[in-house]
Order: sequence, then C-alpha cells, then structure tokens
Amino acid sequence: MDLFQLQRRLVDYRASLYHEDFLDEQFSQLQDLQDENNPDFVVEVVTLFFEDSERLLNELAKALEQPIIDFKRVDAHVHQFKGSSSSIGAQRVQKACIAFRNYCEEQNVEGCLKCLQQLRHEYSLVKTKLESMFQLEQQILSAGGSIPM
Amino acid sequence: MAADSEFHVLAVDDSIIDRKLIERLLKTSSFQVTTVDSGSKALEFLGLHEDDGIINTNTPSVSPNNHQEVEVNLVITDYCMPGMTGYDLLKKIKESSSLKNIPVVIMSSENVPSRISRCLEEGAEEFLLKPVRLSDLNKLRPHMLKTKIKDHQEPEKQDKEEKQQQPQSNNNNRKAMEEGISTEKIRPRLNGITAMV
Repeated sequence: MDLFQLQRRLVDYRASLYHEDFLDEQFSQLQDLQDENNPDFVVEVVTLFFEDSERLLNELAKALEQPIIDFKRVDAHVHQFKGSSSSIGAQRVQKACIAFRNYCEEQNVEGCLKCLQQLRHEYSLVKTKLESMFQLEQQILSAGGSIPM
Repeated sequence: MAADSEFHVLAVDDSIIDRKLIERLLKTSSFQVTTVDSGSKALEFLGLHEDDGIINTNTPSVSPNNHQEVEVNLVITDYCMPGMTGYDLLKKIKESSSLKNIPVVIMSSENVPSRISRCLEEGAEEFLLKPVRLSDLNKLRPHMLKTKIKDHQEPEKQDKEEKQQQPQSNNNNRKAMEEGISTEKIRPRLNGITAMV
C-alpha cells in the first residue's frame, strides 16, 4: 500500500470510529493538544488509560467476587472508569459505566456482573481499534508521510 | 519580562489520566504547572500543615528549592477525590490566612447544582465540568490577574523592599507571614530569600 492509500485508510478508519461511537469529540480535543513539541501526547494518554483500565477491571472483578459485596466500592471504581473514559473520549466505554452505576445503586449483583462483562467487552473493542489506528499512524510516519488531520 | 505573564497553576487530581490532560491543557495555555494527586499533597506544596494552618519553616519536606517560596497563582482541583475532596481543599485554602487569596477552581465530571453552588459559596472562582477544554482555561487568567493587581495595591513600603530584593518576590506568602507569624521567624526567612537571589 502506498503512502496516499495508507493516509486514506487512516482517515476512513478514524471516521468510522467516530461514526460508531467508539470515540467522541473529546478524542479530537486530545489530538488538538498534540504538536511538534508533544508528538506522542495522544499515545501517552491512551497508554495511561489502558493501564488504568486494566487495573480497574481487576479491582471490579475482585470486588464482585466477595461474599459480601461492597457496592460503594464497586461504584467508586466504576466512577473512576467513567471519568477516565470520558477524558479520552471513549464514548461506548463511558456509556457502559453509566449503566453499571445504576445497578450499583440498586445493589443488583446480577446486573453488576452483566455490566462488568459488557464493560470488558467495550473496553477490549476500543483498545483494539485504537491500537490499530496507532499502527496505521506509525506506518504512515515510517513511510515518511505525515498524519492527516 | 516573562515573569509577569508566567502564572503558576497547581493542579490537583487523583486520576493519572486527568493529571496528564490538565497539565497539557495548562501548558498549552502558557501556564507553569505543578500537578499533585491529592489534597494533602497540595497543601504540603502550598506550605500548609493540615492540622495547624501555620507555615512550618522547619518541615523536612522543603527541598533546597524551597517549595514554599514558589508562588502559586491558582489552584485547580478535582472535586471527587478519596480522602480530602476538592471541596475540603477549597475550604482549607480559604480558611488559611496565608493562602486565602489564591483563586481556586473546581472541576467535576458531575453536573450537580447543589455541589456547584456549595463550591461557589465557599469561594471557588469557577466550577468547570469535565472533560475540561482549552476554551475553559481562558476563564482562568482574569482571576490570576486580579490577584496580582490586588497585591500591587498593598502598602508601598512592602513593595519597595520586595522590588529591591527579588523581581519575582512571593507577595502572597511574604505578606501573610508578616501578618501571621512573629518577627523572629521572619528574619531567617528573608535572609534565605535574599541568599537565593
């Protein structure tokens, strides 16, 4: 694939992520903050998001395994997850968190477990997609091109 | 001179992602930034001991650069934090004679009207909804300028002293120290500052 095709592919891929609500306007805000002086800003923030999310998913699993579930604690983790996903523009993950918090409030174990599954699913989707996007960007840069806006 | 336009913002947030974000936003807006992950660390940086509200000149946490002399022109803090919330931090700052003039801005991911009014009543200058955007930060500079102007309107003799010693004198802390602490404690401090010049 030549440079132009790669760039085209990236633009289309990105558009699809927005179209399918994986990403929202906040993600473009992040991209706007990236410049020649901070060329890796988006990757850095997203990497922090991945690490933090994995930690939170583990904490959630642990909290929901307890014989007596501390729903406040579960809610606190989901609240954190909601915040971080909102900060990077991962809209579907954020929405999954909102649903999750409702079940926490109701102290509904079944509901929470289902939500955790859903949350894992959405997270893994956006992670895969962002990684593919970064890979495309890398390919473009390696081919001597620049990332289209 | 660059010093006048370089405002220093202390950003407080327990989320590492949000700290990275707010740091980039603030730097892009040409502010100097320090980030901390808790209210207690914020108070430490500001030179305030949580319990007694007195600037502890002997605290071992003061680095050779003498943290307490770094002027903070604005504190921007997340509301929801474990331990000390942003609201608690706001209260402590406003209750402190040395820090009460520092403008405080609260950030929150939740749009709760009662929370917003509580913070504004307690003296917060702004309440920003997360995710914070670059355009939100345009609201910050006026608050920081207001404080600088206020400082320069203080009694002349203080101004003269400070101008001779150090262009970037720490107006807030110096004045506050003279207000709240005995003269014996001030002398060593002033000597320390002139030595830094």
